[in-house]
Amino acid sequence: MNPATALAQTPRAHTVLGPGATEKALTTFLNGIPGVDTVGAHARAAGFASRSLKTTSKAAGLDTIISMVDLTTLEGADTVGKVQTLARKAVSPDVGDPSTPSVAAVCVYGDMVSAVRESLGAHHISQRPDGVAVAAVATAFPSGRASLAIKLADTQFAVSEGADEIDMVIDRGAFLSGSWGLVYDQIVAVKEACKREDGSFAHLKVILETGELATLDNVRRASWLAILAGADFIKTSTGKVAPAATLPVTVTMLEVIRDWHALTGEKIGMKPAGGIRASKDALRYLVAVAETVGEHWLTPDLFRFGASSLLNDVLMQRQKMRTGHYSGPDYVSVD
Amino acid sequence: MTFLDYAPAPESTAILDIKPSYGLFIGGEFVDARGDSFATISPSTEEHITTVGEANAADVDRAVKAARLAYDKTWSKLSGSERGKYLFRIARIIQERSRELAVAETIDNGKPIRETRDVDMPLVAAWFFYYAGWADKLEYAGLGPKPQALGVAAQIVPWNFPLLMLAWKIAPALAAGNTVVLKPAETTPLTALLFAEICQQAGLPEGVVNIITGAGGTGASLVAHPGINKVAFTGSTPVGRSIAASLAGTDVRATLELGGKGANIVFDDAAIDQAIEGIVSGIFFNQGHVCCAGSRLLVQENIHDDVLHRLQRRLQTLRLGDPLDKNTDIGAVNSKAQLERISALVDAGEAEGATRWSSDCVLPAKGFWFQPTVFTNVHTSHRVAQEEIFGPVLSMMTFRTPEEAIAKANNTPYGLSAGIWTEKASRMLAMANALRAGVIWANTFNKFDPASPFGGYQESGYGREGGRHGLAAYLEASDQKAGGR
Repeated sequence: MNPATALAQTPRAHTVLGPGATEKALTTFLNGIPGVDTVGAHARAAGFASRSLKTTSKAAGLDTIISMVDLTTLEGADTVGKVQTLARKAVSPDVGDPSTPSVAAVCVYGDMVSAVRESLGAHHISQRPDGVAVAAVATAFPSGRASLAIKLADTQFAVSEGADEIDMVIDRGAFLSGSWGLVYDQIVAVKEACKREDGSFAHLKVILETGELATLDNVRRASWLAILAGADFIKTSTGKVAPAATLPVTVTMLEVIRDWHALTGEKIGMKPAGGIRASKDALRYLVAVAETVGEHWLTPDLFRFGASSLLNDVLMQRQKMRTGHYSGPDYVSVD
Repeated sequence: MTFLDYAPAPESTAILDIKPSYGLFIGGEFVDARGDSFATISPSTEEHITTVGEANAADVDRAVKAARLAYDKTWSKLSGSERGKYLFRIARIIQERSRELAVAETIDNGKPIRETRDVDMPLVAAWFFYYAGWADKLEYAGLGPKPQALGVAAQIVPWNFPLLMLAWKIAPALAAGNTVVLKPAETTPLTALLFAEICQQAGLPEGVVNIITGAGGTGASLVAHPGINKVAFTGSTPVGRSIAASLAGTDVRATLELGGKGANIVFDDAAIDQAIEGIVSGIFFNQGHVCCAGSRLLVQENIHDDVLHRLQRRLQTLRLGDPLDKNTDIGAVNSKAQLERISALVDAGEAEGATRWSSDCVLPAKGFWFQPTVFTNVHTSHRVAQEEIFGPVLSMMTFRTPEEAIAKANNTPYGLSAGIWTEKASRMLAMANALRAGVIWANTFNKFDPASPFGGYQESGYGREGGRHGLAAYLEASDQKAGGR
């Protein structure tokens, strides 16, 4: 696009870039953000990882993790039966212990949304405030290599099927080639496609695919870009590219969320996804959130884990804390 | 309870077996001191830990003679590779007993277990491993084909990194073929006494390492003893100056690691979140009891308010309290005397018109504590901008140009450390060339490595410890006469 062409105008961009902002203004702004020192960022993350959560803190942390899980299946082999099993698990992660909280959402491809909604029934978030939401990946997930029209149609379909949340991918090729205005405009367009008939919006999570952005400077710029374009959440990864979520990447994104909040008072959500399999790792993310943006971010409204195998590890740890001994994988359900 | 009220996670002290009293370690065994005894207490609880002997002049004489005997009869006769074997053995035992040593250091010094566990003890082992490797390669130290040991080294270490400073002193001295008499600080003798046990465990020949406990009088007797060939001292500038005076006119060599008032310089293009971390580790690591601390923060004027805001927000997350708790960031000040000195200088800062800000943390009722504190509106003429506070107190000043940053950073009688924060490498290198400091960190702070020499300019002392340069402090070049008298 012509650098002098006006970008899609959003209230957030208006706040930071002023009225009638162009791609040039966006580029100038993103290039003016302070850099990230990789060694220092890794050291900071290692510092969070050395916190020691024991006894009551660990127990509370495990329940918090469960309540923040986006229980995910994104396979070509997904079937209605598979996603409905997952939906049951989302509502009652541990049938042996009714005190176990439900997870935050089930995350599937768009064509599975109606099956999940049907299975959730009265446990869907529309029926009760502590219910489970349905998230759908869209915009030619995971690569994002499709025309804008297809990305928008993909999004609209998932929303019309009843998705509460849309997990979109950015165009990493465009980002890496410097077409930041294009990435921005596409996010704005997808956000508009999240609009329901009644005028409300499905929540938009913007996946940066940080494993392909490679540098923390890029992660920081892409985080600002996604927020300016209207992201409700920013998310690390699709889970299809290694490395997926890492603590240094997540801390870098959380710092942007913190700075945005300091600037505007607005709270943006964060979702690390992929590669977080152990309770111990997940607890470290909670520490990073609480010590970077503050513990009021430790709610499913503002923080999620995109994960599948993590849940069972947390359930086993939870059983261990309750009974005093490890049960083993045969005492949690496979899904 | 909220999430950030982390439940207590105390490191167990069960691993530690402290005797009710310790004598002096002379000639390979613990002997009773002929002088008095004194107690060492835990600065975080003020509880009694153990009683140690106070070496008097006769004890010092006995220790120096034991070291001389060991030098003449044993240590100077061993090959470098044999000396290296003992050092490697000590290094491995330190690793095996690192948890025990970390707990002991935390109890005696007051610093958090996460620092003794993650910083002090790994570095102690690294120092012994590093110099163990040098022991049979001294001809490559740049001092000629056959450098010679000096003889008996008198070593006095401070209380801020008790065992690490011991390692900095003993490892190169032994690798180079010297024997030592070491005096730990009177408030932190515990790990040095445990180290004496490690020397026994390693089968180190008797008298090669002698540990004598005591206060300033013991140290003065040691450096004045005619039987020593070398003094290595780390501590305050006034004491260093008096040691230099007492050695003037003798052929006893000396290295002195003294105070500092390091400048941490933050440019407006710095990676800001990492710079904040560097400011924090620069002055709040080890309660600011660090000679190379970045106690003067020089911030480019156009980002002053942003840096201050970010720094204050970050400092509110520091956890002050029980140093044995694995989540504690800020432990206790080492002694009542040091706490009084910090308080006096902070009062002076307020009286001179600087603006004081301290984090909200609650101080425990018992023990010696000081909140992380930042002074703004500091002028170069203020005492808090000039004098070493040696506590968790940062003095924040501004600059407008690189030239002004250099002028202000160098405007100190010290010259131990400096930090530079910029994403621009050319500026980083130009600054490093212009700063008068022995150690300059760029985009990091308070990082130590045994391969890197450490030392200061001007009133920060002379001589270098660490690396190949650290060996030169314990060796005579090939063409010089050495090896005792």
